[in-house]
Amino acid sequence: MQPIRRSLLALVLAVGAVAGCGGSDDGDGITVFAAASLTEAFGAIGAAFTAEHPSTPVTFNFAASSELATQVIEGAPADVLASADLANMSRVTDAGAAAGAPAVFATNHSTIVVGAGNPHGITTIEDLADPALVIVICAPQVPCGSYAAEIFDRSGVSVTPDSYEQNVKAVVTKVALGEADAGIAYETDVRVADEQVDSVTLPSDLDVTAQYPIAVTTASAAPEAAQEFVDFVTSAEGQSILASFGFTAP
Amino acid sequence: MTTDRSRRDRPRALPVPALLLASVAVAFFSLPLLGLLWRAPWSALRTVLGRPEVRTALRLSLQTSLLAALISVVFGVPLAWLLARVEFPGRSIVRALATLSMVLPPVVGGVALFASFGRRGLFGQYLDRWFGIRLPFTTAGVVVAQAFVAMPFLVLTVEAAIRQLDGRVEEAARTLGAGRWYTFSRVTLPSIRTALVAGAVLAWARALGEFGATITFAGNFPGRTQTLPLATYLALETDPDEAILIALLLIAVSFGVLVGLRDRWLGAAVPGRSKQVPS
Repeated sequence: MQPIRRSLLALVLAVGAVAGCGGSDDGDGITVFAAASLTEAFGAIGAAFTAEHPSTPVTFNFAASSELATQVIEGAPADVLASADLANMSRVTDAGAAAGAPAVFATNHSTIVVGAGNPHGITTIEDLADPALVIVICAPQVPCGSYAAEIFDRSGVSVTPDSYEQNVKAVVTKVALGEADAGIAYETDVRVADEQVDSVTLPSDLDVTAQYPIAVTTASAAPEAAQEFVDFVTSAEGQSILASFGFTAP
Repeated sequence: MTTDRSRRDRPRALPVPALLLASVAVAFFSLPLLGLLWRAPWSALRTVLGRPEVRTALRLSLQTSLLAALISVVFGVPLAWLLARVEFPGRSIVRALATLSMVLPPVVGGVALFASFGRRGLFGQYLDRWFGIRLPFTTAGVVVAQAFVAMPFLVLTVEAAIRQLDGRVEEAARTLGAGRWYTFSRVTLPSIRTALVAGAVLAWARALGEFGATITFAGNFPGRTQTLPLATYLALETDPDEAILIALLLIAVSFGVLVGLRDRWLGAAVPGRSKQVPS
């Protein structure tokens, strides 16, 4: 029951991200809005960054990239935005809310996430078409949802999910809780929730690669510190932290 | 009640400080609504509200919230009566439990529902194993989530009303030979009618606006679990204009019902006297 309990906690944190927007722009700190799938990796990057820049504490707001993009466009106090897709970053640049061209700093791979030990013996994307299975994917607005739609599209399999979740962590958590049988998530998320879920790797023709762009916002009150953070993410040290969480280089 | 009425009828000089503070309160409540009205892309109104998914979400919202309000009444009124009229050990604990979901963040409520009624939940695993009933990701799950957060509003309102009743009237009915149920339905219930309606409306309104517990426990699927608040939230991610219009639709529905009910039921109703028939 321990993993279940941990999943419940994770669920509180994942959905809590919905409510927890904003953050403070007081002092010298910066606020980084980052895709939910970056939660663990950016947590580690934030710690390493602050160790090097003690005067620049970093506050994170993790949520679906689509939600973050809307918040940034609406003037949320973010200094940096890291999205899990190019489309939502484009919304931000089109709205003139990003300073400079966004840089892609990482890529990630979509995968089928199943319960630990794969109790339903799911091996291919076709298996997800079984109506007896409870399938959850991200909402189409959310990057992981558009990636999932592309995977289903490419494979020609008609999958009717039971729920369109608001971010990728919610997908993984519902599978980890055993409330859903399978979902589409990122490999990095499965790796983080290692004990509770397994992944079924997709064949290369269905492997939709997620691109992660990062940019400083025009609204940033501390653009220099924000740029330092972006530089740190793209630096060798930042990249090796990302790699340790399973992200691949762009 | 008579003293109350005569006091209300007598005109008085308005106390300025109270008026000022009250104006701030009114402004505080109405400014967000004005903001929405100001931001709303009115030209897109017909397109957005005509969308099948928006209408589906509206229908689902109305169905589930009414059902949740009904469930709140069916189970909440007996509970309110028990809390108000019967001394039993642990009554304060039961009352705290019954109102807990009011103070819980809805998302936490959703997690608690998973832990209890989920497919692997304390109780839900038997629902699944024995009856094949699964609540997560179903419309029934939406109603459960809504009733969970909405029922306390009814219980608290009705309990307060029963407490304020003169218990001797009920006692008199009992000594005149009326049974427990007869006394409740013919004496207690008519006297608390106003509070009952108010509590039911509050519960309904809370259910209609429910978001956190629903998206957590019931998920989000158009036509099955995607209620208007969920549709609003997801629209906000890509199309804030559309989200504003859906939000206004939700507000219009709630506001219309609240205003209508207040006039018909709550404003003019004199508790325990004239019988008003809803038309």
